Amino acid sequence: MVDYRKDFRDPRYFEKAEAELKKYQGRPLVLMEVCGTHTMAIFQYGIRDLLPEGIRLVSGPGCPVCVTPVGYMDAAIQLASDPRVTLTTFGDMLRIPGSNSSLALEKAAGADIRIVYSPLDAVMLAENSQDRQVVFLSVGFETTTPVTALALRQAKEKKLSNFHVLTANKTMPSAMEMLAQQGRIDGFLLPGHVCAISGLNEYEVLAEKHGIPGVATGFEPLDLLQALLMLSRLAEAREGRVINQYARVVRPEGNKKAKEIVRQVFEVCDAQWRGLGRIPDSGLRLRKEYEAFDAWKYFKLEPEQGKEPEGCLCGQVLMGNLKPGECPLFGTACTPESPVGACMVSYEGTCAAYYKYGGAL
Amino acid sequence: MNQIVTLAHGSGGRMTFELVEKVFRRHFQSSLLEQGDDAAVFRMPEGRTAFTTDSFVITPIFFPGGNIGKLAVCGTVNDLAAMGAKPLYLSCGFILEEGLPLEELERITASMAETAREAGVMLVTGDTKVVQRGAVDKIFINTSGIGNIPDGIELSGSNAHPGDCVIVTGTIGEHGSCILQEREELNLHGPIHSDCAPLNGLTGSLLAQIPGVHVMRDPTRGGIATTLNEIAIQSHVGIQLHEEEIPVLPEVEGLCELLGMDPLYMANEGKMLILLPQQQTEAAMALLQQHPLGRTARVIGKVIEENPGKVYMKTRTGGKRIVDMLSGEQLPRIC
Repeated sequence: MVDYRKDFRDPRYFEKAEAELKKYQGRPLVLMEVCGTHTMAIFQYGIRDLLPEGIRLVSGPGCPVCVTPVGYMDAAIQLASDPRVTLTTFGDMLRIPGSNSSLALEKAAGADIRIVYSPLDAVMLAENSQDRQVVFLSVGFETTTPVTALALRQAKEKKLSNFHVLTANKTMPSAMEMLAQQGRIDGFLLPGHVCAISGLNEYEVLAEKHGIPGVATGFEPLDLLQALLMLSRLAEAREGRVINQYARVVRPEGNKKAKEIVRQVFEVCDAQWRGLGRIPDSGLRLRKEYEAFDAWKYFKLEPEQGKEPEGCLCGQVLMGNLKPGECPLFGTACTPESPVGACMVSYEGTCAAYYKYGGAL
Repeated sequence: MNQIVTLAHGSGGRMTFELVEKVFRRHFQSSLLEQGDDAAVFRMPEGRTAFTTDSFVITPIFFPGGNIGKLAVCGTVNDLAAMGAKPLYLSCGFILEEGLPLEELERITASMAETAREAGVMLVTGDTKVVQRGAVDKIFINTSGIGNIPDGIELSGSNAHPGDCVIVTGTIGEHGSCILQEREELNLHGPIHSDCAPLNGLTGSLLAQIPGVHVMRDPTRGGIATTLNEIAIQSHVGIQLHEEEIPVLPEVEGLCELLGMDPLYMANEGKMLILLPQQQTEAAMALLQQHPLGRTARVIGKVIEENPGKVYMKTRTGGKRIVDMLSGEQLPRIC
């Protein structure tokens, strides 16, 4: 019986992968982990320490909070100041800086802002507080969106008139297409949980089109080391295909039920990515059938305005062009306690990970 | 008496008197409290006196493994114990919210009395205020404690020496995980209990038999990571931890993974970090593991000269990572 807590972290199993990886002698490779949780896991396990000289690992834009534009935070803060509104949000959004404030500061000043673990909790809150306008800050990638869709379906079934969502949901493939076009990346570590939902097809198309391989992987040391080994071999040979290293969780066709629920509630649109700009077909908005729950419409909010703070280079970091340490603000003007950009504040932010785990090493 | 605490209970008149009599004095059964004067008067033993204070505002006020009252006694007792002091006397100030059920106040008080008995401390003086609804969250408690440090004991966060071993007296992160588990917003209900316990018996017995202990500190808010960083900074030393050695209950690991938290940063209320010379470590471990509160004690690392003020950890994979101080709050993950 596999012990899922222990076995994927047992040195006996990954020492071999580690030894093989260290033998790499091929051309210098730049590999990108796209998923924020991968960034954290790689640091937590000290994986970077184990990489051979020829392999450089950069962190990409797979942190849903990091790529949420400043304008969205400003809209959320505006909502929070409405006395009718109870704002519900994932905890990670609290410290993200808007143009002038943050939800944490607004909360301290008395705004009704509540952390929820799941959007379903927000629906329950709306049901139990008929006198409040409950708004859920809907950010997230493919992993998170299905539950939000489910929450909206529930809200529709319950005929709630006091529940709305402020959407900024995004999807990965279009952003990765943009990164692939830049031509600076030799291989992608594919986001394990995103692939569990969406399946592998879009990534296979991408890999073949650009000749840039991808390996879908999980979050344990064994997963990461094995995936890096596989990816380095594919990348060296410029083989544009995808390997599913996370087969215990990811099916090639993905999670059909989850995808169907999302299709029922959301439709594709263009989206603004902090630091990366406008990426076509990379976002999701509510379908007409659900527009009664659209907070943008209901509260007449203007999306996507807001300028990024002076000197903030989050965008370059998110594209893998800059290491956090190379940003002049890193660790000086920009720290977890007083972040300038979202990369530093979010739990999964590249700069936060480097700050917390990289430090003097 | 009414079933709930009212503002009249805090007015200083007959109802206050009744509350103190029927709830506090009845449970605490303290000879010094019985004197009923404005201040408790007693002689302190020879030697140095340790004095500490702590306030408790935790929510929920009842949780698996304890309650705010038990915590209030343990927290202050453990701060004294960490200095090598024998805890002797406690004060207790209550700030009660109008509307708090008296039954809850009784339960909390009874628990405090039981914990005080277990720790061998006497509650000798107190105060009660009642404020209107919303001014506090049900009940806030402040306890101050006073103890006596025997000669020959010199414990301080600035006392760590390169070569010292780092011991933790048991599995980490239970109190913090328990509270998270119980908080309504997260709507998870699992089997994690707070480790809230008075440690002076354990530490007293250790110090009586093992000379030369350098540092003891209880890793409360911010977890062992934050506390070890504090010690590293105070002592101008580096600390190296071994991930494999750090004891964590599977259910704590599970909850933390689910939410994206790190047990290193979760609060403990019944554990002590002990830094002591390498030569004393084996004997110390044998002693700790014999005690009910020290059964899961482990040596988790050592003090080094390099990287002063920093804590880092050798991971299971053989890599290295920095273990920084907690920055802000830990927040649950999104995806």
